[in-house]
Amino acid sequence: MKRTAKFLIPLVLFLIAVGFLFKGLFLDPHEVPSPLVGKPAPAFTAPLLSEPSKRFNTADMKGKVWLLNVWASWCVACREEHPALMEMAKISEIATYGLDYKDTDAEAQAVIDANGNPYKEIMTDADGKIGIDYGVYGVPETYVIDKLGIIRYKQIGPITEQAFFSKILPLVKALQT
Amino acid sequence: MKKLFVVLLLLANAAFAGVAKPLADDPVIEARLKAMSRELRCLVCQNSTLADSTAPLAEDLRKEIRVLMHEGKTDQEVVAYLVARYGDFVRYRPPVNNETAVLWFGPFALLLIGAFVLYRVLKKHAGNDELKGEDA
Repeated sequence: MKRTAKFLIPLVLFLIAVGFLFKGLFLDPHEVPSPLVGKPAPAFTAPLLSEPSKRFNTADMKGKVWLLNVWASWCVACREEHPALMEMAKISEIATYGLDYKDTDAEAQAVIDANGNPYKEIMTDADGKIGIDYGVYGVPETYVIDKLGIIRYKQIGPITEQAFFSKILPLVKALQT
Repeated sequence: MKKLFVVLLLLANAAFAGVAKPLADDPVIEARLKAMSRELRCLVCQNSTLADSTAPLAEDLRKEIRVLMHEGKTDQEVVAYLVARYGDFVRYRPPVNNETAVLWFGPFALLLIGAFVLYRVLKKHAGNDELKGEDA
């Protein structure tokens, strides 16, 4: 009995360590959980890409469930994400608003003209100030914001099919009821 | 000759300082920024500090920290501003709280367990020695 314990305890400890390390293989260190989830989305007003004289105001979004997708024309992963956003735009429950992060209007407009516009509205954040308030550190990032203006979910990196159907869409539907 | 050289050097220095001035207009704030940004992580390239990183976001954040400091914010307030946006991960020295308790105290707990095991093993061996003499 004692002999087996002597043999088993190190083995069990070793297996636990292996378990942690194995899990670590599938974690993306770039996915840092945002402290903003569960907190009110920072309020901002920003000029529209289509009409810079008009301004988008987060206060106008009260009572709506919406997605804030932070993107830029210079961001390669955003281009990969673009077709997924176009597909999402066909789903009636989904209202995606784009925040054009640290970009020029002309280049952003060129991307939209070439690939289509999946957004209800595109706001511009040329100096990245809004991005800082939202804790953006690697575009694309997408926030799900509820009717009360609380951030309920943050997707870091492109929205994958799996993330959309298993998390985002069910969450949006639940928040709307 | 030497004097002329020194004068020239000083002149060159003065000219250089003149050019560099807009970047470091307040030496106190620059010193604070330098000290603080060594303790903060750049989230884009996670293994460099905010002081070392050349990522555009790090530049923006250094600019933002300067602005906050000009507004009279204390170091703690500036760190709180960043933690509110990026989480405790921006700090190279994680704070002690419920989430980081294992991180802070885990190694000491393991040390204690190790010491206890060692104590038990040594005690047993000491007992064996007394009974049977030397034993491999």
